[in-house]
Amino acid sequence: MTSETVQGIQFDQVRLPPEAQQLRAEVRTFLAEEIAAGTFDPHGTRESDGFDREFSRRVGARGWIGLTWPKKYGGHERTFLERYVLTEEFRVANAPTRGHFVADRQSGPMLMKYAGEEICMDVLPRICRGECCFCIGMSEPDSGSDLFAAKTRAERVDGGWRVNGTKVWTSAAHNADYMIGLFRTSAPTQENRRHGLTQFLVDMKLPGITVNPIPQMTGSLDFNEVVLEDVFIPDSHLLGEVDMAWKQATSELAYERSGPERFLETFYALVELVRLLGDDPDLRGAESIGRLVAQLHTLRRMSVSVNGMLQAGKEPVLEGSIVKDLGTVWQQKLPGRVRDLSAFADPRSANIVSFHEQLENAIMIAPKLTIQGGTTEVLRGIIARGLGLR
Amino acid sequence: MTDTSDISSLIAESATRIFHDRCDPQAINNAKGVCWKEPLWRDIEENGLTLSWVDEERGGAGVGIAAGFDVLYVSGQFAIPAPLGETMLAGWLLSQAGIAIPSGPMSVAPCTRQDRIFIDKKGALSGTARSVPFASETRHLVLLAQGEEGPVTALVETKDCNVKEGTSIAGDPQGKFSLDGVTLLAQSALPPDIGSDVLMLLGAAVRARQIAGGLQAVLDLAVEYAKERIAFGRPIGKFQAVQHNLARLAGEVAAADAASGSAADAIHHAKCFDEAVFLEVAAAKIRAGEAAGEGAAIAHQVFGAIGFTQEHILQRYTRRLWAWRDDFGTESEWAEKLGRRIAAAGADQLWPILAAR
Ligand SMILES: Cc1cc2nc3c(=O)[nH]c(=O)nc-3n(C[C@H](O)[C@H](O)[C@H](O)COP(=O)(O)OP(=O)(O)OC[C@H]3O[C@@H](n4cnc5c(N)ncnc54)[C@H](O)[C@@H]3O)c2cc1C
Repeated sequence: MTSETVQGIQFDQVRLPPEAQQLRAEVRTFLAEEIAAGTFDPHGTRESDGFDREFSRRVGARGWIGLTWPKKYGGHERTFLERYVLTEEFRVANAPTRGHFVADRQSGPMLMKYAGEEICMDVLPRICRGECCFCIGMSEPDSGSDLFAAKTRAERVDGGWRVNGTKVWTSAAHNADYMIGLFRTSAPTQENRRHGLTQFLVDMKLPGITVNPIPQMTGSLDFNEVVLEDVFIPDSHLLGEVDMAWKQATSELAYERSGPERFLETFYALVELVRLLGDDPDLRGAESIGRLVAQLHTLRRMSVSVNGMLQAGKEPVLEGSIVKDLGTVWQQKLPGRVRDLSAFADPRSANIVSFHEQLENAIMIAPKLTIQGGTTEVLRGIIARGLGLR
Repeated sequence: MTDTSDISSLIAESATRIFHDRCDPQAINNAKGVCWKEPLWRDIEENGLTLSWVDEERGGAGVGIAAGFDVLYVSGQFAIPAPLGETMLAGWLLSQAGIAIPSGPMSVAPCTRQDRIFIDKKGALSGTARSVPFASETRHLVLLAQGEEGPVTALVETKDCNVKEGTSIAGDPQGKFSLDGVTLLAQSALPPDIGSDVLMLLGAAVRARQIAGGLQAVLDLAVEYAKERIAFGRPIGKFQAVQHNLARLAGEVAAADAASGSAADAIHHAKCFDEAVFLEVAAAKIRAGEAAGEGAAIAHQVFGAIGFTQEHILQRYTRRLWAWRDDFGTESEWAEKLGRRIAAAGADQLWPILAAR
């Protein structure tokens, strides 16, 4: 659209190109083989247990990690739209991508932007081979939404930094090879309370790091507390500028927000609802399925569009945040809708047992969907800023 | 050949200019009477906007489906109080059937789920069409009638019909047409690949695109207002609750735009009106319709009492958003149809159907 609007929300019309749909076919074949070989259960628990280093290695061997990255770092210089397709097929299949997904989505791009060439040449190719699991060390006991309250200290010492403090809610820390950590290097200034934090690449095998599991309400052991005691980090592992992380940590890019994982986490509940209600649902069932499918189709169009705009070199930051807000709220509400709609289903339906198991799982994971990676409230603040209100 | 996106932006610009000069919502709201109507229509027609979807051989502008939808988006941004979308649809139906296009405003029927219009071998019409937009303000009505051998496009003069006139929730004319025995000006069968549901389908896409434009304008208005209106000593846009409401409004605007834009694009590129086009259009009408409801509610909340007055232009938008979501099938009606198709295809086809696009 060409007409001028004050807020300028724009979704270019983007269709998945033939090479992306070709890749989809390849991915489906690969995943079917993995399921047949017993690597994972496509109807299994949908959470966290999806760490499988061997699987990640096989994905890497296919050339499917670092898909969009430069070849010199082991990447494949393919498009964001191909990466989009890959991500959604892995999600929908319930594939165990924990070992590489975070590194592929955000840690690798972060390194490319802020790490030295030597680090890039060392770490990025290993990510691409599926050998490097990353975790994110931002939250602390007294610092969540307000990242700038972080207290874990990094003090300058000869040749590097000494770190002391505690990170919490660190997903996958127990499996991770590296963490990207946010540490305090100076006090905040009068003018800028966000000043004084710095990002580092932390080797999780360094002496002084202890990882303690924190069981989640689902029973999953994905959360951790990461205690850092006199951990020495060499200068070469500094990411970006000292004290200036507020510019880096908050410049979370549109592709981190707008991926299909922002609306497909509970999709299986909808699939099982369609199965439960059968091929000739009543009026209420039919109408409700239609609405949910329309909403999901719309979210996909938005996400594809954002990825296409990224590919075209645009910066759809506001659009990306909107996709995350709408998508996470939608996928959080979905299990509740599915529960309502299943209330009068025939208890003799063939999939009734697995339906209830999967629905319970979806209901239980729903709360986290609007908290992880920044809460809805924080995200709406970001959108409001994009609208010029802050 | 010129790039279609160039044509699109040119025609969208010219539409913006015309609507800006002739149907600026504030000017119309201030106007006593309807003196703006005639010059608005004259400019729309003289600039060929009404014939966007008519081929050049038939005297149309032939700018293509996509450019036509861009004009409709702009018409939504101005809450257009004239039958432009309806005349474009009428022109499309006539040109598909090879019937010459008359000048003047037109409307189309049937545009609700329940209505059917029949035409027999001798060319006698029967049936009723409810909620026909702009009714008596149109010169001609184009019908998609059920012939004995398939769908037929028929052209009648509005003055020859028995019309029971009312108004839509937007205050625009809307009428119930009795077509029994009305004289035909022309009739012709539609090509075999065009089914009798095509008018509802295209009409729904038209309304979805207009809703997207209307919502974008509402967001612009609401954000500007939130920056200016002072309460408790500061602009209301500084209150977090208001910010979050506007962020939600932005989400609804975005969803309506993405869904309706995708449907328009799907129609533009479609070789025929297949299942994929159905999914796109149904989803667009459902999601844009939902956004119209949510978006209007949020905008009214932001504006407080002033937005509830006739004097303020917000109602020109919100009432049209409510009207447009009703036309050519509501969210519920489209959802039921879409849901039935998804159910019939089965659970394991749901993902392949979505992912194919
Ligand atoms: C499943 C899961 C995985 C996670 N993985 C990681 C990880 O790997 N690494 C990591 O560093 N962190 C991780 N987190 C932590 C996550 O980033 C934080 O939970 C999140 O940023 C919110 O912080 P908090 O939990 O301290 O809540 P708080 O910041 O205390 O917020 C509590 C409530 O107050 C609201 N609130 C706070 N500030 C404002 C404000 N200014 N305006 C309005 N409302 C406000 C919030 O929206 C929320 O509703 C994970 C969390 C979850 C649930």
